[in-house]
Amino acid sequence: MNVNLRVWRQPSDTKKGHFEDYEAHNLNTNMSFLEMLDVVNEDLTLTGRQPIAFEHDCREGICGSCSLMIDGEPHGPEGKVATCQTYMRSFKEGDLITVEPFRSKAFPVIKDLIVDRSAFDRIIQSGGFVSVSTGSAPDANAVLVPKSSADMAMDAAVCIGCGACVAGCKNSSAMLFVSAKAAHLNSLPQGQPEKDVRVLNMVEQMDKEGFGNCSNTYVCEAVCPKGISVDFIAKLNRDYAIASVRTKILGR
Amino acid sequence: MNALTQVFTSSIGRKYIMGITGFALIGFVIIHMLGNLQIFIGQDTLNAYAKFLKTSPEVLWAFRLGLIAMVVLHLAAAVSLVRDNRKARGVDYKKEKKMSTLASRTMILSGIIVLAFVVFHILHFTVGAIGTAYNAHSLPLDSEGRYDVYSMVVSGFSNIWISGFYVLSVGLLCWHLSHGFSSMFQSLGFRNARSGPWLNKAAYGISFLIFLGMAAVPLAVLFRLVK
Amino acid sequence: MDLNGKTPAGPLSQKWDNYIRDSKLVAPSNKRKYEIIVVGTGLAGASAAASLAELGYKVKSFSYHDSPRRAHSVAAQGGINASKNYRNDGDSVHRLFYDTIKGGDFRARESNVYRLAQVSSNIIDQCAAQGVPFAREYGGLLDNRSFGGAQVSRTFYARGQTGQQLLLGAYQALSRQIGLGAVESFLRHEMLDLVIVNGHAKGIVTRNLVTGEITTHAADSVVLATGGYGNAWYLSTYGRLSNATAIWRAHKRGAYFANPCYTQIHPTCIPVSGDYQSKLTLMSESLRNDGRVWVPKNKEDTDKLPASIAEEDRDYYLERKYPSYGNLAPRDISSRSAKEVCDEGRGVGPGGLGVYLDFSDAINRLGREKIEERYGNLFDIYKEITGESAYDQPMRIYPAIHYTMGGLWVDYELMSNVPGLFVIGEANFSDHGANRLGASALMQGLADGYFVLPYTINTYLATTKEKRPVKTQDEFVTTEKQAKEQIDRLLAIKGTRTVNSFHKELGKIMWDYCGMERTKEGLEKALQLIPALREEFWKNVNVPGDEEELNQALEKAGRVADFLELGELICRDALERAESCGGHFRAEHQTDEGEALRDDDHFSFVSAWEYGNGAGPKIHKEPLVYEEVHMSQRSYK
Ligand SMILES: Cc1cc2nc3c(=O)[nH]c(=O)nc-3n(C[C@H](O)[C@H](O)[C@H](O)COP(=O)(O)OP(=O)(O)OC[C@H]3O[C@@H](n4cnc5c(N)ncnc54)[C@H](O)[C@@H]3O)c2cc1C
Ligand code: HEM
Ligand code: HEM
Ligand code: SF4
Ligand code: F3S
Ligand code: FES
Repeated sequence: MNVNLRVWRQPSDTKKGHFEDYEAHNLNTNMSFLEMLDVVNEDLTLTGRQPIAFEHDCREGICGSCSLMIDGEPHGPEGKVATCQTYMRSFKEGDLITVEPFRSKAFPVIKDLIVDRSAFDRIIQSGGFVSVSTGSAPDANAVLVPKSSADMAMDAAVCIGCGACVAGCKNSSAMLFVSAKAAHLNSLPQGQPEKDVRVLNMVEQMDKEGFGNCSNTYVCEAVCPKGISVDFIAKLNRDYAIASVRTKILGR
Repeated sequence: MNALTQVFTSSIGRKYIMGITGFALIGFVIIHMLGNLQIFIGQDTLNAYAKFLKTSPEVLWAFRLGLIAMVVLHLAAAVSLVRDNRKARGVDYKKEKKMSTLASRTMILSGIIVLAFVVFHILHFTVGAIGTAYNAHSLPLDSEGRYDVYSMVVSGFSNIWISGFYVLSVGLLCWHLSHGFSSMFQSLGFRNARSGPWLNKAAYGISFLIFLGMAAVPLAVLFRLVK
Repeated sequence: MDLNGKTPAGPLSQKWDNYIRDSKLVAPSNKRKYEIIVVGTGLAGASAAASLAELGYKVKSFSYHDSPRRAHSVAAQGGINASKNYRNDGDSVHRLFYDTIKGGDFRARESNVYRLAQVSSNIIDQCAAQGVPFAREYGGLLDNRSFGGAQVSRTFYARGQTGQQLLLGAYQALSRQIGLGAVESFLRHEMLDLVIVNGHAKGIVTRNLVTGEITTHAADSVVLATGGYGNAWYLSTYGRLSNATAIWRAHKRGAYFANPCYTQIHPTCIPVSGDYQSKLTLMSESLRNDGRVWVPKNKEDTDKLPASIAEEDRDYYLERKYPSYGNLAPRDISSRSAKEVCDEGRGVGPGGLGVYLDFSDAINRLGREKIEERYGNLFDIYKEITGESAYDQPMRIYPAIHYTMGGLWVDYELMSNVPGLFVIGEANFSDHGANRLGASALMQGLADGYFVLPYTINTYLATTKEKRPVKTQDEFVTTEKQAKEQIDRLLAIKGTRTVNSFHKELGKIMWDYCGMERTKEGLEKALQLIPALREEFWKNVNVPGDEEELNQALEKAGRVADFLELGELICRDALERAESCGGHFRAEHQTDEGEALRDDDHFSFVSAWEYGNGAGPKIHKEPLVYEEVHMSQRSYK
């Protein structure tokens, strides 16, 4: 199989980028998209050109490193998978495939297809945790967690922090990511004491990072490799209102 | 941050403004539509209703001020959110598959046209500056001595261009609501996977009903079902 | 000279308590004066950095990833063990300890393993309090599942993403400390070397992977939590970036490397489909509960559609060879048997490197729905990768490199032989002996980071006379210069082969001669091939791009250069250990039934290798003294 690629190349964050076209030959349909890029990179290297920089590690859809906009869709056409789980059998012989970095002001390009997603880390630092220092925990079964809460928390907690939600959202909103972490912790008894501060702080940090606002267009859920539900956004909106009323108006 | 700045500057605070004002505006539109539909019962009923609405100028103006506040807040929040959102992407994609509904992507456009319509509509009926010989405050009286709103409407919609513009605008309003109605529940935190599909359907249903109810009046006049 | 593991005195069950009772402390107000470098943000590194910062130490955390959350711990699926005995099924600290020692084929240090079992319960408490969404029963209590090598149900899990959830717990604890300013985080920073001052580990050299800037960092102590080195075999279940650079360069600065040849090979992975393959994906072992493993009896049938091969022409080799355990034979045995039949030319799929795992009997017996309910997600993964549906045709599986039990040598305090250098998690050799049981690596990483290191590091800090140096000192300047020189050398070669091609070739040598089955001849051959390959690498590698930019090829080149040295040590260790134990199977040393045959008289020791600096590695031995456990022959017949 052969395909044509149109790839965003940008030497660094301060330099201008542009698209370059490449041909990828002798591919196998069982190759993953990233393995196809490996092949292209080997070729570029041997012909004295710069290989394409892209992020990856686990290559099994769990680390959240890989982050390509493939032909207009974050993580490619397969849906509910990460870039590394996208296979060449999703494409046709001779296709022209456009590959771009995830775009958002809050995710500046570092090089070629690599972007800086540290804004996500800063949001977690602002409140995406339970304050429990090592050694101070009660017996794990001392606090009962209803199965439904545990399941709901887990549904939210499977987020891999890839940023596809931001990349796909027309507003570059990080609401799905933020709401998933808030919902994970707010659903559990362990997360209750800090629920209000957590929500207020995380949203404040999210806004500071320059993400857009959610206007309920739901693309994020459609492109999320883990299928995180926009229900969590509704929950965050609700939790945020409650937190604001409780802390800012009732002064608790 | 105090509560007020937080509501007006934070992402979710402004969404709440959108949602709450949107809810109030929908409420107004539905009541207004039900009021208008009384035209089909007859001249007497509509004029009586119009009179009832104007019984107390204080209440009327309080209501109007409330409505204006809703529109201004809705507009202001919309404009500031949209401005932020336009900036948030930075560089545009060369290729981007559109996966959201067109209505959800064009809310600001449909909204602003609806606003233009409302201005026109008030000049048309309430102020009477455009299109019609009367305005709502200097109307001929009907046989019972009330302002004859009924005749005003009939004469106002006799012009095909004006009626056509009304129908078109009401269509855009409903387009706005086909996303807005269920979106509002999401913004206010009352939507989930179970209610979501129902709310989406309800949004289309209600928008369609509002379209029918609103468009019925100009169309009926145009087709001389109401004279 | 024998190495001293510094096991505390007293009965096994009281050693850790005794240690804590007698250990030196650093006063709270003094902790602020100490700086600790923690390299790695996996389970071990993140938990350690967070816990040390909570205690009041100033911590600097390093990772080459763009976020702490991406460390490869995130990929662990199955679960984490703890001796909670919530099931009332007779579990205890001692039982978990014994299972782990036995699972490791009696090649681990008794006192360490006992402590691991002791603190295992605290880990679950800590993680639950952090909000790790462990699976629950309807009553709200924690659920458990059973795992290989144990007769009790002691594995805690969070769906199929236990590692991810535990890592997020540790990452969040770390993030909290970063937010508070107690931890300074250096992401996209790769450690290139260790700085030794007067024999103590007092700093590191790093490269900023975005700007290429090389700098040094000084501290009172250095903790390495940099994970395993399975990528020396090229194809593995590890992340593509996992590497040995941190521990290898520390080794070259004097830290001993223990048991490098102990490697775990997981039997149920999705096989290689072609030359382009970049990694192997693990399929949960649980599949073997309902799947039957077979290959055709005749070589000629290997290309045929599996359904067209008659029942009598199929060889259900595990059921045939291990009638009582059948398809559930332990990991190392199943892996080796698969290799055997493929070596006979009876393997299936591309390259003949695969065996069938057939669910048709189970589907007929239980119905497709039941199978879907049990394994639906795994079948989906399989389909995603291979494009084949395992409901309609048998899965193809093959063993893959999965875990490295070896690592830098550490004593009971988790300190290497270099004072001030602590090594935790998969990067050390400590607790798994020659084979790791399922669900115990997560346990060990978190035990080290949350509950062991925060105690033991005090001892060093409170007693050492070596103060934190300044970065302008000679040692820092020289080490930094050497790191730069290596980079310049790599960039200057501009040969004709890509970095990846060398890595691949090394992987093939390692897999062929130091994989599931090792022989003297094979290892000797590998010991010739690897140095030759390394020589070619340094003459003919092509590293494109510059130093002062993000340069992934350059990053990889440095790592492959280290694998090319480490690979040789692995083979040397495998050659030296003329016995079979756990994951290390020497064909010359097997029982009549083909099982691993240990030689306790000659090999019950830890091999700790000292870097030879051109003169060849030098072995040091730490004898394994068992006070409580009686060594026995593992049997799974
Ligand atoms: C697919 C898979 C499934 C598994 N399933 C299970 C399971 O079910 N149960 C179980 O108990 N175990 C399981 N394991 C094993 C277990 O996940 C690992 O052994 C364990 O998570 C290792 O943790 P760690 O903290 O030591 O290292 P890692 O998580 O690998 O972290 C290494 C860290 O070090 C950093 N680093 C490395 N080198 C450098 C350097 N030079 N400079 C800067 N930073 C560096 C990396 O960035 C990373 O942050 C599994 C392993 C795999 C691969
Ligand atoms: C004044 C002109 C108007 C403008 C500029 C406008 C603009 C917008 C915009 C941009 C949105 C999307 C905002 C977002 O989701 O982030 C929106 C939502 C909405 N609008 Fe309007 N609109 C206008 C008038 C109206 C009217 C007259 C109604 C009702 C009859 C209405 C009802 C709604 C509703 C219900 C929503 C959904 C609120 C939400 O998602 O929370 N709008 N409007
Ligand atoms: C197409 C059908 C419509 C008809 C027949 C109609 C009719 C009228 C009439 C007769 C009045 C004057 C009432 C009075 O002052 O006595 C009025 C006022 C008004 N209408 Fe409509 N209307 C229609 C659609 C709409 C729509 C779609 C909107 C808004 C989105 C709207 C908003 C208003 C407003 C804001 C006023 C002013 C109310 C006031 O004076 O306080 N109308 N309408
Ligand atoms: S919510 Fe989904 S798309 Fe967004 S970061 Fe998490 S996993 Fe990625
Ligand atoms: S796509 Fe964007 S608009 Fe909201 S629902 Fe998702 S964040
Ligand atoms: S490379 Fe880890 S999720 Fe894709």
